[in-house]
Amino acid sequence: MIEEVAATTEGDLVINIGPQHPSTHGVLHLFVTMNGETIKKVEPHLGYIHRSIEKMDESLSYRQFIYSTSRMDYLSSHINNHGCALCVEKGLQLEIPPRAKVIRILMDELTRIASHCLWWGALAMDVGALTPFFHAFREREMINDIMEESCGARLTMNYMVPGGVMFDIQPNFQKHVKEFVAHFKTKIGEYDEMVTNNIIFQRRMKNVGYISPEDAVSYGCTGAVLRASGVKSDIRKIAPYDGYENVKFEEPLEMAGDCFARYMVRMKEMMQSLSIVEQLIDNIPEGDFVAKTKAVLKLPKGEFYSRVETARGEFGVYIVSEGGLTPYRIKFRSPGFSNLSALDHMSRGQKIGDLVAIMGTLDLVIPDIDR
Amino acid sequence: MFSLEGLKNTIHYTLSASLGTTSTLLVEMLIVGICVISLFAVLGLVLVFMERKVSAYMQIRLGPNRVGFQGSLQTVADTLKLVVKEGLVPNGADKFLFNFAPFLVMIVAMLIMAPIAFTKGLQMWDLNIGVLYVTAVSSISVIGILMAGWASNNKYSLLGAMRSGAQIVSYELSAGLAILTIVIFTESLQISKIVESQQTGWWLFKAHIPAVIAFIIFIIAVTAETNRAPFDLAEAESELTAGFHTEYSGMRFALFFLAEYVNIFIVCAIGSTLFLGGWMPFHIGHWSAFNHVMDFIPGIVWFFGKIFFLIFVIMWFRWTFPRLRIDQLLNLEWKYLLPISMFNLLLATVVAIMGWHF
Amino acid sequence: MFIVDYIKTVFGGVKSLLVGMNRTGYYFFHHKEIITQQYPDVKQVLPERFRGEVVMIHDEKNEHRCTGCTACELACPNATIKIVTKFDITPEGKKKKALDTFVYHLELCTMCNLCIEACPTGAIKMDQTFEHSVYDRSLLIKILNKPGSKLMEGVE
Repeated sequence: MIEEVAATTEGDLVINIGPQHPSTHGVLHLFVTMNGETIKKVEPHLGYIHRSIEKMDESLSYRQFIYSTSRMDYLSSHINNHGCALCVEKGLQLEIPPRAKVIRILMDELTRIASHCLWWGALAMDVGALTPFFHAFREREMINDIMEESCGARLTMNYMVPGGVMFDIQPNFQKHVKEFVAHFKTKIGEYDEMVTNNIIFQRRMKNVGYISPEDAVSYGCTGAVLRASGVKSDIRKIAPYDGYENVKFEEPLEMAGDCFARYMVRMKEMMQSLSIVEQLIDNIPEGDFVAKTKAVLKLPKGEFYSRVETARGEFGVYIVSEGGLTPYRIKFRSPGFSNLSALDHMSRGQKIGDLVAIMGTLDLVIPDIDR
Repeated sequence: MFSLEGLKNTIHYTLSASLGTTSTLLVEMLIVGICVISLFAVLGLVLVFMERKVSAYMQIRLGPNRVGFQGSLQTVADTLKLVVKEGLVPNGADKFLFNFAPFLVMIVAMLIMAPIAFTKGLQMWDLNIGVLYVTAVSSISVIGILMAGWASNNKYSLLGAMRSGAQIVSYELSAGLAILTIVIFTESLQISKIVESQQTGWWLFKAHIPAVIAFIIFIIAVTAETNRAPFDLAEAESELTAGFHTEYSGMRFALFFLAEYVNIFIVCAIGSTLFLGGWMPFHIGHWSAFNHVMDFIPGIVWFFGKIFFLIFVIMWFRWTFPRLRIDQLLNLEWKYLLPISMFNLLLATVVAIMGWHF
Repeated sequence: MFIVDYIKTVFGGVKSLLVGMNRTGYYFFHHKEIITQQYPDVKQVLPERFRGEVVMIHDEKNEHRCTGCTACELACPNATIKIVTKFDITPEGKKKKALDTFVYHLELCTMCNLCIEACPTGAIKMDQTFEHSVYDRSLLIKILNKPGSKLMEGVE
């Protein structure tokens, strides 16, 4: 720590990026020490959107607290809700109907594509290309419309409930999803034309923000950040939940560990999610969409942990129950927080323009970090 | 051929009939000044509207469509809003420099307007070193930007201004060399002579390979010189919020905004004068019938058509490409554009000496 | 070989840029895929499941199905719903708990749908309205049962 302070010497340029800044995607505050354009140190200051969701959830019942997790990582709210529902189900030792499982996976993967679409547009915007953002939203809107039709909301769905899902899917769901899949396959090539193959974009991304596999693991990075360093870490593969063991998909890996590797991992993940959706969309089993549960849920005394793979990485839910109506303690392990901790390591010695690119590829969602 | 020379002479004779020589000159200067300022105002409105529409369609949006027909009065409304807005001066700012910077940038833009030939006989000042004058004066605008960045007392502004300084100084080299390529062929620095020399065809076609290379380099270099994306590092929205004009608001900000668009117009005017024949219609060698038809379109229409085509290309760049990093920006200039344009200058000289052009 | 690489880099780079420009240029001239909507002029019909605000279902006789059981109030995570009950005198002369006012705080509501799930009689539902902005916060506190409305026959 003493070393860190000494890094700021007289003549250094200290810039406060954020909390209101176009590239921090929210209210992140970065305290950046620079030597000219070269970054010496980055200190993230958190807490601008801290809503104490964990404490709040201690006073909510096991049905109620799930809604609040949609407000954490709002881009993958389905998956957050899924993790919470899984944890409660683990405590209740509840068997979920197969139809609910498939619907859950479908929604998760659609959310992942939607989240990556927004990430892709926002990353392009961070490095200066404003047009791709709108093109990404064209596809994202289609997913949002599908969600709106079946789940009732576009962003904070609260669709997963302990025991299954809140509603059955709409009759048009399969048709619309198939339309989306066909549409997305024609558009993914345009994504490459506009951004991936662009020489300026590649130069901005390659050899920027390198993190070695060892460092990535020790910082606790998960998701695409860790996989871009060549470490297998997909929870859907390591500890499959809700039937992920029955679908075929690959875990995209890159070895380079730089921004472009993270970019490519996410682009490949979109295609993998698309293939999962394609596999399942015609094979939704008939049956109940929610298991029969008691009106009032009570978890037995004990500790429960479940984890899911969100669009950003590993999301963990830890519930300590005293056997009452509400959890005694809830802890969320959000992927953004650990990924952000590697920002300083990645951006030292890079230019200020690279900091923005690194933040873009970390795919930060600030409410997810602050909670 | 259509020309505005008659109108010009009529005004001159009417004025000199009733006034002395000095007064005539003064009144004429006043008229020219008013014309230039109103041209600027109209250009600002038209170009901002054009940019918004171009960006909208490229981003699969509709763009402004509420104020006036198809949103055509949107920019007027925006200007009105900027005029009535309070112009804040931040604490600790150098007040004189802070207030002076936007005007300096504007004045430079106005100065470069002087040697541009709009159509046959419509030119403010046909000086014999027109091209040299343009390259010399255009480099003053960087002082305005540096002034704004320094006087704002803001680190973002300072970084933006420093970037802008490095960028404009570098890119002026290749822009100047690209201009020189054409000067080799025309053997003159005078704008009117350069336009005249393209009577039989534009230099872009007449001088084939060297001119095409020079044209591409010129477009890239002027995009950088006017601080437009993908070289908008001085503003760099996602890095430096707004760069050198972060602290500007109200009318001072509007002046910077206007100067940006006027600068684009001017560099495109120079580009079309040098490479695309200025106000000369499109002529093909000895096809007299075709050339005659082309002559019926007035020169001013040709000139503005070419300018707006080039502006569209520059806008197209902006809404397609990501931004370069500062070291990549300087690499591009010093490792790619400058060697290529030097080589190209040699090639052009050889072509000119051997008479390989048309 | 250095020169060959150099030229390859230049041409490869220029080609990738031109491909990108071709794509944006295509969209500039083809306006079929425009995604924006002319919002106040053309309003989108929202799907029936869209959650905009909680409303109470009233039939043409101004009767609702709410018994005042407060299941929704308990289910709500945000204390959005406040139910005030009264005691009706039934024709047999017995006292019976009934709904007096159903207070709904739209400004606190997160549209989580838990109240509708909890309601045993199906008295409330989600409406598809979304234009909730008003000039005063107090206007967002709504009373859902209409004045003079009473409980539907046969709903317990």
